[in-house]
Amino acid sequence: MAQRVAIVGTGQTDHKSHRADVSGREMIQEAVQRALDDCELSIKDIDAIVIGNMDHFESINYVDCWSVEGSGGVMKPIMKVTTGGTTGTSVAIAAYYHVASGLFDRVLAIGWEKNSESDTTAAIITCSDPIWDRFSYSGAIPSLATEASAYMKQYGATQEDAARIAVRDRNNAMNNPHAHLRRPITLEDVMASPMLAYPIKLLDVCPRTDGACAVVFAADGKAQKLTQRPAWVRATSVRHTYTWFGDSTDYDAGLVSLQRASREAYLKAGIKNPAEELDVAELYLPYTYAGLKWIEDLGFCGPGQGPRFVGDGNTDMGGKIPVNPSGGVISTNCIGATALLRVAEAAIQVMGKGDARQVPDVDLALATGFGGCFWSDVMILGAGRP
Amino acid sequence: MDDIAIVGIAQTKYERKKKDKTYFDLVYEMATAAMEDAGMTLADIDNVVTVSNDFLDGRTISSMAVGDAAGAHDKNISTVEGDGTFGAFYGAMRVLGGFGSTLVVVHSKGSEGDVRYVTNGMFDPVYQRFLGIEAVSASALQANRYMHRYGLKEEDFAEVAVKNYGNAKNNPHAHRQLDVTVDDVMNSEKLADPIKLLDCSPLSDGAAAIIIADEARSRKAKTRPIWIKGMAHCSDAYFLGDRDLANSEALKSAAQKAYAMAEISDPAAAIDVVELYDAFSYMEPLWLEGLGFSKPGKGVELLKQGVTPMSGAMPVNPSGGVLSAHAILVAGLARIIESVLQLRGDAGQRQVEAAKTALAHGINGPCGQAHCVWILSNEN
Repeated sequence: MAQRVAIVGTGQTDHKSHRADVSGREMIQEAVQRALDDCELSIKDIDAIVIGNMDHFESINYVDCWSVEGSGGVMKPIMKVTTGGTTGTSVAIAAYYHVASGLFDRVLAIGWEKNSESDTTAAIITCSDPIWDRFSYSGAIPSLATEASAYMKQYGATQEDAARIAVRDRNNAMNNPHAHLRRPITLEDVMASPMLAYPIKLLDVCPRTDGACAVVFAADGKAQKLTQRPAWVRATSVRHTYTWFGDSTDYDAGLVSLQRASREAYLKAGIKNPAEELDVAELYLPYTYAGLKWIEDLGFCGPGQGPRFVGDGNTDMGGKIPVNPSGGVISTNCIGATALLRVAEAAIQVMGKGDARQVPDVDLALATGFGGCFWSDVMILGAGRP
Repeated sequence: MDDIAIVGIAQTKYERKKKDKTYFDLVYEMATAAMEDAGMTLADIDNVVTVSNDFLDGRTISSMAVGDAAGAHDKNISTVEGDGTFGAFYGAMRVLGGFGSTLVVVHSKGSEGDVRYVTNGMFDPVYQRFLGIEAVSASALQANRYMHRYGLKEEDFAEVAVKNYGNAKNNPHAHRQLDVTVDDVMNSEKLADPIKLLDCSPLSDGAAAIIIADEARSRKAKTRPIWIKGMAHCSDAYFLGDRDLANSEALKSAAQKAYAMAEISDPAAAIDVVELYDAFSYMEPLWLEGLGFSKPGKGVELLKQGVTPMSGAMPVNPSGGVLSAHAILVAGLARIIESVLQLRGDAGQRQVEAAKTALAHGINGPCGQAHCVWILSNEN
């Protein structure tokens, strides 16, 4: 039988566009130490480690081996798990299975990226098939711009609707001392920012960030002793539906990977009406239009209703289901850590450690990861032991 | 640990260059063949773990290319970057954690890149990489350290190579099947002192897959389930100078944990056959010491005393080992697959008679920084 698993501690670095003061390993260590401090453990208490990033950003092969001086993996089991943008959630889910398997009781999940050492787009475009996809439809922005255009055409959503997501997330980031971009913005700022690829403007998309995140997972029986209010893992689900970008372009169907992953996770967690039952969501929204469209795929509202659902304030702090109290991906994007930050921030909300960004009385929190070829990962955390 | 078993296996022939197939062709073929072996269909596969390396594939998110081919379209999936034994370890944890079955698929086509650059990328980018150090030259440092510490000779390692190339003649999947003598190994081209061409594994293209299942699913499989009795892994320090290269503490730790899980107190008595990661000839005796089969510095005696050849009490690498076929990442999973074949009694000409318990071993990082040890049995 699988062991029940909870998150008992989280740690994240002080995110910046360029952490010139630390090496990659030192940056990892900063997050690890903060996660250990959060649950009053030492590295000696950790049974195993899972680490992930995207190789081509820093050009380190076998990051699990290279990292041990920062991750604390010397003379421990350490494994590398990597799946592109979803790496952070993949690492979290791997740490969950480490504990659920019964083989390990306290496991450290680490995601990190030192984007300042890379040419992000040059590294990302090589994910695509070198013959069929790479020269036509690769990189992060082209496919997202196409998705956004299709959504606007289908439902009449506007650039202003999308800009509202940037205003929400960037202003939420003012409450998060770890966030990378902490400057309030207005709708006019977003609309006036330079166009990158229609309809995506500079302030519609995520930055590139140097940063790391670490999360401690613990087994039932251990978790309750490590923290007063553990964040129990209620469900995990993954759909890496596509291999070819060309296959992912049926935008009428929505983000199928997120629809399927979230439905499986809701079923596991016994959630029937997500917008009513979930108390907070930390979503991997790499650009603003996702904040309209993907909440439809998550079932927060019906198809085409995203702009009104957001416009009515349902996803604001104090709304029906606050989205991204941390400021989200649009405020902080250290790629291999980004999805793990969603998990950590969801855990922080359940554990009640959100300070200025805390949503009151969180019982159930949703975290998502996005990446690869329109892939989706979902993790649901709860205050109640499953 | 709950009872879980390996119920399906598949591996390609390993060869220098598979010109006629992409690696997603190989993944598709191995995923399909492993399901056929187990008597399963895609509907019986609950989740998938792929294993790939972005440097080897020359693609970021290298897993993106193989999801469809591995049958993961609408399934839970994840990706381990490292040796196949580590990918299988995650696959096994996912079964222990609630899935009924995991398909683990590994591929690599070393022929599509330059392995010197790929393995140079393992080393510190500031202090070491520009020295040109890569897998062969780093291993030469380890071999020298090992020889110096214990007074071993190059001929001692050459004997291992002769044994394993000879064993490979019984393995239709092997890349390098050679009838060679110690003199042939000694006279082969020097790569990095003391490593010569025939001390060094070939670079192969290949892929492999296994299916791990819980007890209920295992009982329904077409094949005899091979039970996972113990598995553990451990990493040593990163910088070569921070490690004792002639004495792997990480291997000892992993082996002791795996033995404890399998309730083995005397491994030499309990284990009938070993498949280990001999990327270089010196590694076989060095890893045998770490696994506790001999005292430090005495690993080479096991061959001289007749313990590790096919005729011995505990044959090591009946398949010919990694020296005879080295598709990076795949090679560790191949050790597990060869162990399963032995325990099923399906190993053909390389069969070790009445094998009941097998040890499979894989490594990650330069000079075996991390080790993964598996204990498998055909008895539950």
